[in-house]
Amino acid sequence: MTQHDTTEHSLTAPAFLTELRLQMIKFANLQLQDQSLAEDAVQEALLAALKNAQAFNRRSALKTWVFAILKNKIADLLRKNVRYVSTDKLKGGQDMSDEELFDNLFNDKGRWHVQERPGKWKQPYTDMENSHFWRVFDVCLNCMPEKYGRLFMMREFLELTSSEICSNERISVNSLNVTLYRARLRLRECLENRWFQKEATA
Amino acid sequence: MMNCKEATALMSQQMDHPLILTERMSLKLHLMMCSGCHNFNQHMHDLREITRTYAKGKAQPKVGENQHSSN
Repeated sequence: MTQHDTTEHSLTAPAFLTELRLQMIKFANLQLQDQSLAEDAVQEALLAALKNAQAFNRRSALKTWVFAILKNKIADLLRKNVRYVSTDKLKGGQDMSDEELFDNLFNDKGRWHVQERPGKWKQPYTDMENSHFWRVFDVCLNCMPEKYGRLFMMREFLELTSSEICSNERISVNSLNVTLYRARLRLRECLENRWFQKEATA
Repeated sequence: MMNCKEATALMSQQMDHPLILTERMSLKLHLMMCSGCHNFNQHMHDLREITRTYAKGKAQPKVGENQHSSN
């Protein structure tokens, strides 16, 4: 095990850790809606993971592990502190079952209902400079069922590959495909209804 | 013939791994004829761009600094 030292060195490189910590805080903050709680949870998760840093031979493995720890911490906090669950979760869509969602979007032949057919979005890049847009995006992310939001963020936010997510979450590729599909369907629908359509009619 | 529900599922999968040839072909055919799904496909790419911008530090409107990354 001569590669041990170099591996440990690269896993604890300041630039890597700083970026990792930033991603974790965003992830935790999104779930907890509380900056200081998020920072505490991240601190604990990072310390716990780094204690065992030697066990990881790749950065992606450490990343997956550290997020697994963080996820558990967040789940504990949410269970203990119901009040920290964003009130946005109670509104708008989370209580809609997937079946209702599909019935709302598609007819019995699997085609779009006319009024639900996706329209053209005007260049989203200009919207990204609008802080109100990001508030709407936050609400839409939080509207998703917890599991959808988490897997979607792992894929799109942390840019983990499908196979990394599957082995970390112990789910099949098929189940991940289904979850990501539903997450994207919901997120798209929410943004269309709450932002792009309003823009168009304004 | 593929319907919109099946097409949207494939468009989501396409964001995570390459589709097999027959899936690609029938999706392409569907997209040529369905403007709703054509827009949906663009939205999948927009969502990725939006989420990555969000992950990089979002929210603060920085005028003139809004170049998008090329990945």
